[in-house]
Amino acid sequence: MKARSSILLGSLSAALVAFALTSARVVAADKIDPVADAKAFQNFFFQKFPTVKHEDFVNGPYSMNEDMKRQWQEKEEFPPYEFALDAGKEMFATPFKNGKTYADCFPNGGIGIRQNYPYFDEKEGKVVTLELALNRCREANGEAPYSYVKDEMASLTAYMAFTSRGKPMDIKIPDDPRALAAFENGKRYFYTRRGQMNFSCASCHVQSPGERIRAEILAPALGILNAMPIYRSEWSGMGTTSRRFVTCNSQTRAVPLDPQADEYRDVEYFLSYVANGLPISGPGARP
Amino acid sequence: MTALSRKPLFLMLAIVASLAASPARAQSAVADGQKLAFDRGKGNCLTCHVIKGGDLPGTIGPELKDLKAKYPDRNELTAIIFDETKRNPQTMMPPFGRNRILTEQEISAIVDFLQTL
Ligand code: HEC
Ligand code: HEC
Repeated sequence: MKARSSILLGSLSAALVAFALTSARVVAADKIDPVADAKAFQNFFFQKFPTVKHEDFVNGPYSMNEDMKRQWQEKEEFPPYEFALDAGKEMFATPFKNGKTYADCFPNGGIGIRQNYPYFDEKEGKVVTLELALNRCREANGEAPYSYVKDEMASLTAYMAFTSRGKPMDIKIPDDPRALAAFENGKRYFYTRRGQMNFSCASCHVQSPGERIRAEILAPALGILNAMPIYRSEWSGMGTTSRRFVTCNSQTRAVPLDPQADEYRDVEYFLSYVANGLPISGPGARP
Repeated sequence: MTALSRKPLFLMLAIVASLAASPARAQSAVADGQKLAFDRGKGNCLTCHVIKGGDLPGTIGPELKDLKAKYPDRNELTAIIFDETKRNPQTMMPPFGRNRILTEQEISAIVDFLQTL
């Protein structure tokens, strides 16, 4: 793999790890304070990677490595997610059996709204992600829901992200104790170690972004959802946010949750909120 | 028998077993240890460490080398592999012994291998 060309310096990486360890938990307060948490979260990454432009964090591993960034920019000329975008666009325009379309379920006809998901639904008292809203739209119109981890869902979300590219993530936490609790629960899930390997999401995406596990460069947690869904060569296809969460859990021998389980919805809420202000860049392409 | 009186017996058995090991068996323990350390389903140490003779190492941990000089007592290496969170609660390194990813015997073979690096 191309990543091998970069030279390894064990002691250097040890120093980086040692630096990261002093601040593994980068959220602020004891009481639930999303504003302070988001500030502390963003500052942690801005200080750790002072040369990375803030809006670049949304490009995952590519923000961490100049060589890879160049390869990726070349790839973007013939983006491997193009087929999914085309499929998504067509699906979006095709009426359901009852004559309605996805556009009828979403504000602004579903165009340019990716940055507002997930949102907290005060009627339901829970977080609603874009994937969930899409399936609810299907079911409300008499159609069977799609798998959360397969191509159809990836195509739909790819198209919706594409029409929102460049818009700053804009997640709201309403003044509702249940919304604060959902944020806090997502944060807790993100930082809790689990599974045989004893990793938390933060072990990889806060403690070690830019480091390699085998040949893969770990993406920073800041803005990690802005590029979803992503094309991965390793998958030879697209992956939704649900697919990535399940995969990260099972590859580290932790028991994955069901896609769109409450805790995954809360993690998405937490990760998206702390990325407020950073642009939507999806769909993404990864090596 | 209480749990307390059992422990010394177990230790004695372990000592007897290690005294009985012949040089030929020590040799094969090193080879086994290397295999276990490189095996993706077992130690998978290359995910995080550069190790002489291994392909596609990651960069999360320090290169594993000169370990005999750094940790002359093999128990120290055993302890790191068994559960590094004891030394460093924040470490990325999985607790291979505590979480039963590797058996005591497997860890011992890996320590033999590490001492040759
Ligand atoms: C032991 C390492 C490890 C752990 C633990 C882990 N991940 Fe990952 N994650 C990866 C790797 C490797 C990739 C693919 C390379 C990359 O893009 O970071 C990845 C990719 C991702 C991506 C896509 C990012 C992108 O831009 O390509 C998301 C989102 C993600 N992980 C979220 C999570 C969440 C949420 C958790 C906890 C439930 C988690 N990860 C736990 C290793 C890990
Ligand atoms: C997911 C990452 C990861 C894996 C897998 C891993 N280690 Fe480590 N290891 C580390 C880190 C990080 C350190 C640095 C010390 C710390 O974090 O406490 C370390 C430190 C060490 C040390 C001490 C090195 C020194 O110079 O002081 C030894 C020995 C070691 N590891 C052996 C192993 C062996 C053997 C395996 C496989 C059975 C293994 N490691 C698997 C991350 C890992």
